[in-house]
Amino acid sequence: MEINRDKITVPTMAEMAAKGEMPDILFWVGCAGSFDERAQKITRAFVKILYRAGIKYAVLGTEESCTGDPAKRAGNEFLFQMQAFMNIQTLNNYGIKKIVTACPHCFNTLKNEYPDLGGKYEVMHHTQLLQQLLDEGKIKVEGGKFSGKKITFHDPCYLGRGNGVYEAPRSVIEKLDSELSEMKRSRQRGFCCGAGGAQMFKDAEPGNKEVNVERTEEALALKPDVIATGCPFCMTMMTDGVKHFDKEAEVKVQDVAELIANALDL
Amino acid sequence: MSLQQSAFIILTLISFGFFGFTIFRLAKIFRLTKKEFRFDKIGERTVTTLLVAFGQSKMMKRPLAGILHAFVWWGFLVITIGSVEMMMDGITGNKKSLSFLGPFYSFVTASSDIFALLIIISCIIFLCRRYFTKPKRFIAPEMKPSSRTDATFILSLILILMVTLIGMNTAYVTSDSNDYSGSFPVSFYFTPALSSLGPEQITTLEKTNWWIHITIIYFFLNFLPYSKHFHVIASVPNVFFTRLEPYAKLNTMESVTHEVKLMLNPSEQSADTPPPQRFGVKDIEDVTWKTMLDAYTCTECGRCTAVCPANITGKLLSPRKLFIDLRRRAKDKAPGIIKSGSNFSDGKSLIGSDYITEEELWACTTCMACIEECPVDIDHVPFIVDMRRNLVMEESKVPSGLAVMFSNIENNGAPWAFSREDRFNWASEIYYGNK
Ligand code: SF4
Ligand code: SF4
Repeated sequence: MEINRDKITVPTMAEMAAKGEMPDILFWVGCAGSFDERAQKITRAFVKILYRAGIKYAVLGTEESCTGDPAKRAGNEFLFQMQAFMNIQTLNNYGIKKIVTACPHCFNTLKNEYPDLGGKYEVMHHTQLLQQLLDEGKIKVEGGKFSGKKITFHDPCYLGRGNGVYEAPRSVIEKLDSELSEMKRSRQRGFCCGAGGAQMFKDAEPGNKEVNVERTEEALALKPDVIATGCPFCMTMMTDGVKHFDKEAEVKVQDVAELIANALDL
Repeated sequence: MSLQQSAFIILTLISFGFFGFTIFRLAKIFRLTKKEFRFDKIGERTVTTLLVAFGQSKMMKRPLAGILHAFVWWGFLVITIGSVEMMMDGITGNKKSLSFLGPFYSFVTASSDIFALLIIISCIIFLCRRYFTKPKRFIAPEMKPSSRTDATFILSLILILMVTLIGMNTAYVTSDSNDYSGSFPVSFYFTPALSSLGPEQITTLEKTNWWIHITIIYFFLNFLPYSKHFHVIASVPNVFFTRLEPYAKLNTMESVTHEVKLMLNPSEQSADTPPPQRFGVKDIEDVTWKTMLDAYTCTECGRCTAVCPANITGKLLSPRKLFIDLRRRAKDKAPGIIKSGSNFSDGKSLIGSDYITEEELWACTTCMACIEECPVDIDHVPFIVDMRRNLVMEESKVPSGLAVMFSNIENNGAPWAFSREDRFNWASEIYYGNK
């Protein structure tokens, strides 16, 4: 494949609206995807896939603001609703109908909790969109790069149990022609990474183990080449867990979007 | 009317009278709770109830315990038809009042007879498990010795119930061996054991078993509401009224919506200001009837705690304990409110050192593993978040990290201390075809 080094300019809603255009889908980046250095890589990988697939998309850019998920789970309903009303106003002003996001927490909030406050959109998790793009042939992964590699998928709670999406990420991984090896605690029985419910932002309560260490231990027992996930917070937790066991050299923690971008040589 | 008949009628009246009294007292507790609408989607609710409550679908995740428990439950359901017949017989003085049902009667009696045996086997295995293999989930700080005693007691009662049922049926089949109604494949097998007894002894045996059986049933009925075995009754409505939304959706607090709208748009004073109320859950008056029903349904099985990441990693939180505490708190506080009115206070609350502590509440990752696992569809996460809401919005008691996160969202629109203007910086250097 020829290597071109085109710079991708990510279109914002403000620019599109100024030109009187509408994207087919809005990419909600989320706070982690915008600011966290590791998660930014997921965001870029996903943008490259959207570009390759020829999707007409846009982002809110600096007009995006926290969905309020961590505030809501931490009991601060005021702050959550302030954020929600602001975001809904922005989204509704632009007439947004369809949203994709790479964060299961944003996904859940936008899909399930914004409708009560007047924000009604069709919301997809990026693994669902990837599955669709692959099924429709808009992107094609030729196995090879990952063949013979062992991948295990860690279910993000807010994608799996929280919203019943178990198969989309798996069907995407299966396209990679690699071995998908399941942990004992997977799908409905998936074990939390330890970040949810605003735990990400506070010290853990006294205990005898970190949740992410318990989970990473389970994943590493399979001796995988890659621990795949679909959530920027799980990414942080699992990456820290792998570091805890000094396994960074052998085991990569990757988002499903990164795996696909990698397979596409993007 | 025979002496036996009169005695039975009196026993029945006492038994149902006391049961009515218990339900009346429970209703008073539920009247202290908050409203919540759970009467939509009746079709979907019915299907869920058939699957989860009657079909025991969530119990089957642990297949052995699941199938044994299903034997006891399904057995209970068919045997109850027989119990109703026994009451009819006792009151009217007839024998086998339902035998006019013909083939259906044979079906019910035969399946009751078989289930009685299956229940005996299940109860023996359950008892062995409690005393010998001791699954980890039965051992926890919130599991007081009384909980095990309660379980042993109930299992033993059920055993006696089933032994007397088979005893009664065997005697019945033996005495009327040529002409009896119904079908009793298991009891029939035992008839040779009674061959040495005379007809009078057999009748006495049948009567004795009958009386022991029905007396225990009446006792059972009245004991249930005071033990975790109330789930036999409560789990069916609890599953029926379960939340039919994605687990991860939390409710929107309308009282907050109202205030936030005023803040965003002060000119928009609306007439229908909801009355001021306490935010979140601090004590029993703040929970909805459904959360209270959860507490009365919890079987203390510990499936939730066994999968809880906080509990597994040694944190204080045990999702099972939250509902045990709520039920205990209702028992401790409700009589006071019922007697002295809503201003009653005993200086304690549900959130506090005597019941649920802040440390437990903040340890939850809201991973929903507990909800997924609970065989009777108890909804832990909304309850936990409701208590956090009280801590945060009423008491301003927040772990320091979360206070920082709140102010970051307020000031920067992100949970971290990054500035809004930098939000789009990730897009500045993206090269296609270059990793
Ligand atoms: S949601 Fe909370 S209480 Fe339930 S299993 Fe997860 S951490 Fe434990
Ligand atoms: S909440 Fe459910 S899973 Fe937990 S102990 Fe009670 S019945 Fe069992």
